[in-house]
Amino acid sequence: MIEFRSVSKQFPDGTLAVDDFSLTLPSHRTTVLVGSSGSGKTTLLRMINRMVDPTAGSIEIDGVDIASLEPVKLRRSIGYVMQNSGLLPHRKVVDNVATVPLLRGVPRKKARADALAMLDTVGLDRGLADRYPSQLSGGQQQRVGVARGLAVNPNILLMDEPFGAVDPIVRAELQQELIRLQTELGKTVVFVTHDVDEAFLLGDQVVILQEGGRIAQIGSPADILAHPANDFVASFIGADRGKRALHVERHDGRDVLVDSDGRLAGVLVGDSAPGQVGFSR
Amino acid sequence: MTWVWENLDLIWDRTLDHLILSVPPIILSFVIALPLGWLANRYRLSRGVILTASGLLYAIPSFPMFIVLPALVGTTLRSPLNLVIALTIYGVALMVRVVADGLASVDADVQRSAVAVGFSAWTNFWQVELPLSGPVLLAGLRVVAVSTVSLATVGAVIGAQSLGSLFTDGFQRGIQAEIITGIVATVLLALLLDAALVAAGRLALPWTRARKAVKADARLRPPVEVTP
Repeated sequence: MIEFRSVSKQFPDGTLAVDDFSLTLPSHRTTVLVGSSGSGKTTLLRMINRMVDPTAGSIEIDGVDIASLEPVKLRRSIGYVMQNSGLLPHRKVVDNVATVPLLRGVPRKKARADALAMLDTVGLDRGLADRYPSQLSGGQQQRVGVARGLAVNPNILLMDEPFGAVDPIVRAELQQELIRLQTELGKTVVFVTHDVDEAFLLGDQVVILQEGGRIAQIGSPADILAHPANDFVASFIGADRGKRALHVERHDGRDVLVDSDGRLAGVLVGDSAPGQVGFSR
Repeated sequence: MTWVWENLDLIWDRTLDHLILSVPPIILSFVIALPLGWLANRYRLSRGVILTASGLLYAIPSFPMFIVLPALVGTTLRSPLNLVIALTIYGVALMVRVVADGLASVDADVQRSAVAVGFSAWTNFWQVELPLSGPVLLAGLRVVAVSTVSLATVGAVIGAQSLGSLFTDGFQRGIQAEIITGIVATVLLALLLDAALVAAGRLALPWTRARKAVKADARLRPPVEVTP
C-alpha cells in the first residue's frame, strides 16, 4: 500500500506542482493518475521512488516513510517504465532487462538467464535478446521496458505514460498485454496517462487530477462514468458527448445504441456479466 | 630511396622514439580531461572557468612552454619529459571541451531513466554517461592523437629524439631524402594511430554500428514498384 499524506511540492522556481495531496493506493491494484499536463501527475509518480522529494507531507510504502530510505536502494526495489522505453541504447536487450538485478549484485549468468525468461513473460521472442534497442520497433522497445521494470520482481511498478509514443494499434496490444500480466502478477501498479480511455481500461482505481495535483474525483471507472463528481470531470471524461453519451434507439424490434454524434455504437445484447459493460461493438 | 634503405634501422628507432613520446600524452590527456570535462559539464559556473582555462592552455606557444616547463616542474632543459608534459597539456586543452560536450550529448531521457531504475551517480557515470559519450570522445581523441604526433616532431629542437630529428638532421646535413622521410613517416604514424583508435572504437562501441546497420537496411529496402 502506498500512502500520500498531505504532500506538496514547490519547485525552486516557485511553481506549486502539487498542493496538499492525500491518496491511498491499495496493494495489488492498478491506480491510474489521469490529468492534462500541469496536473502534477508525473511529479506525483516520481515522488514514489524519490526522483522528486516533496517539500511538505510524507509518503509511506507499507507503513514505512520513504524519506527514511536511501533513494538508490529504494529505486532498485521499484519497477519503472517510462515513455520512449528509456532503454540504455548501448546495451543489448537481454542486458537492458538484467540492468537492475546486476545493480543489485545478482551474478551475471543468473541475471541473464532470468532476463531471457522475462522476455517470454512479456511476449518477446528470445531471438531479440542480442539486439540493441535501436534495432527494435517502438512496441518491442516498450515491451523490453516493461520486462526491465519487472526484472527484480518488485511489488510496485511505476508506469509514466509508457504507451504514449506508440501507434494506436500497438498501444491497444500493449494495454491488453498489461492487463494479462497484471492478472498473473498482481503488482501494485501506478500508471500515469493523459488518456481517459486508457485510464478507464487499465485502472481499478482512477484518480482524475486538476491543476496542482488537486483531486477532482477518485473511483472505479464505472463510478466515475456513472456519477461524475462535477462539471470538470464530466467534461474531462467526455460523459456528456461523443462516444460516451449513448442512448437507445428501437430499430426493427432490437435496441441499438447511438452516441451523441449519431454514430451507431452497437446493439444491446441483454444482461451484462457482473462488472462488465453490456454492449458489443 | 637508397637513403631510406640504408637507414632503415635509424628510421625504425626514431619511429619508436616518436611513439614513446606521443602515446603517453594521448592517454594522459584523456585521463586528466575526464574529471575536468565532467566538472565542466556538471555545473554552469565550473563550465565557464574550466573551458576558458583549457582554451587558453592551447594558446601557449610551444617554444616558451619548453623553456618555462623545466623551471616549473624541475626537469632538466633537455629532458624528453618536458615534451611529454607539454604535449599532455595541449592534449588536455583539446580534450576537456570534448569530454564536456560528449557528456552533454547523452540523451536526457536515458539519463533520467538510468537514475529512475537505480543507478547511483558513480555507476551512472561509468556505465551510462561515459560509454554513451563514446562516439564524441573517440572523435576528440582522434584529433588529439594526430595533433600530438605532429607536435612531437618539435621535440627534435629541444633534444628529444623523434621522427622530427630526421628533418633537423636532414636540414643540417643537406640530405633531402632524410627530410622527406621524416615528414612521410610522421604522417604515416599519425594515420596508423588514427586507424588504431577507429578499430578500438569499433570494439568498444558496438551499438553505434548496430544503429548504422538499421539505417542501411532501410536504405536498401526496394522502392515501391509502380506499374506503368
